[in-house]
Amino acid sequence: MSGESLSLSGHAKTVVEDWSSDKQAFNVPWGKFMMWMFLVSDTFIFSCFLVGYMNVRRTTTDPWPYPSEVFALEMFGTSVPLILIAIMTFILITSSGTMALAVRFAHFKDKKKIFLLMAVTAALGASFVGLQAFEWSKLIAEGVRPWTNPFGAPQFGSIFFMVTGFHGLHVSCGVIYLLVIARKILRGDYDKKGDYSIVEITGLYWHFVDLVWVFIFAFFYLW
Amino acid sequence: MENVATQETESHEDEAQHPIGVYLKVWILLFVISGLSYAVDYFDLQGMVRWSLIIIFMLLKAGLIIAVFMHVMWERMALITAILGPPLLLITLIAFMVSEGLYVFGNRVDYMGRPAAAERIHVADVIHHDEEHGEEAMEEGH
Repeated sequence: MSGESLSLSGHAKTVVEDWSSDKQAFNVPWGKFMMWMFLVSDTFIFSCFLVGYMNVRRTTTDPWPYPSEVFALEMFGTSVPLILIAIMTFILITSSGTMALAVRFAHFKDKKKIFLLMAVTAALGASFVGLQAFEWSKLIAEGVRPWTNPFGAPQFGSIFFMVTGFHGLHVSCGVIYLLVIARKILRGDYDKKGDYSIVEITGLYWHFVDLVWVFIFAFFYLW
Repeated sequence: MENVATQETESHEDEAQHPIGVYLKVWILLFVISGLSYAVDYFDLQGMVRWSLIIIFMLLKAGLIIAVFMHVMWERMALITAILGPPLLLITLIAFMVSEGLYVFGNRVDYMGRPAAAERIHVADVIHHDEEHGEEAMEEGH
């Protein structure tokens, strides 16, 4: 049935085979596919935020603040531009690396290493949220509000609080999710079936949070 | 069903064979690219150079995370198209919003008497860290 009458080759052939034969189309654990569907829909939510940001930034006639000055920190007596955001970016990338290693050790069913790496990932995620809280309080103290700010276009504040707030919420949920799964791994909840695909599913969510930050970093902080 | 079962074990074996070096290399690469995009801001590059470098570094990082960390490059094409296909629709939204944004901006300049290019405000002119009167400065700013 599959593709004998069709002259397709390579990847195109595998797509036709997976959709046409009388079986499930996606050859992955159902939980993993559901996570992917959630992430695709979440992509649209964050994209709407970023497109909305593009639109207000294009249409405002007020001057846009300099993000690299707004997010600068006093270090060693000089003002280092955007340093807070750079540190947060490196923390998130580090956490993505430890998560990738946890997924790697899930294939060997090495419970202790999985737990340890997921706990480190969660700790890095928590420190990211902590720095974000610091960033929010600094800006609020300087008079940045969702409707006004001393540095220029009022839209800056509303976009900042909405986008980073929504991303921070994702990170916070991710930290809780990671800790719950890490505990279940260590307790041996998945030993009976020997199925550790949950680690990869959790990893997908965590990498997505890092992925969203890549776009926020580029368009909001650097642009 | 048997067919499904064998395919599943095969794909799991494939995944187990990713050498750890791939992850470490990508990890280091992500660090380097992030450092470079921070350098764009640190050395205050402006204009087309800035925007194109930001976009290039962003796409490189996103591609590496999706392909390697999220394992997409090792998935079957049916799943890859289901994941990466729908978000392509966003290009339409972006195109519409760019065109609409230009129109609204033009209207604001033409009918509300707003300046087409306003002078940007430096943070140091508004916030004086030494004298601790951020609130006052904020009032002046308006």
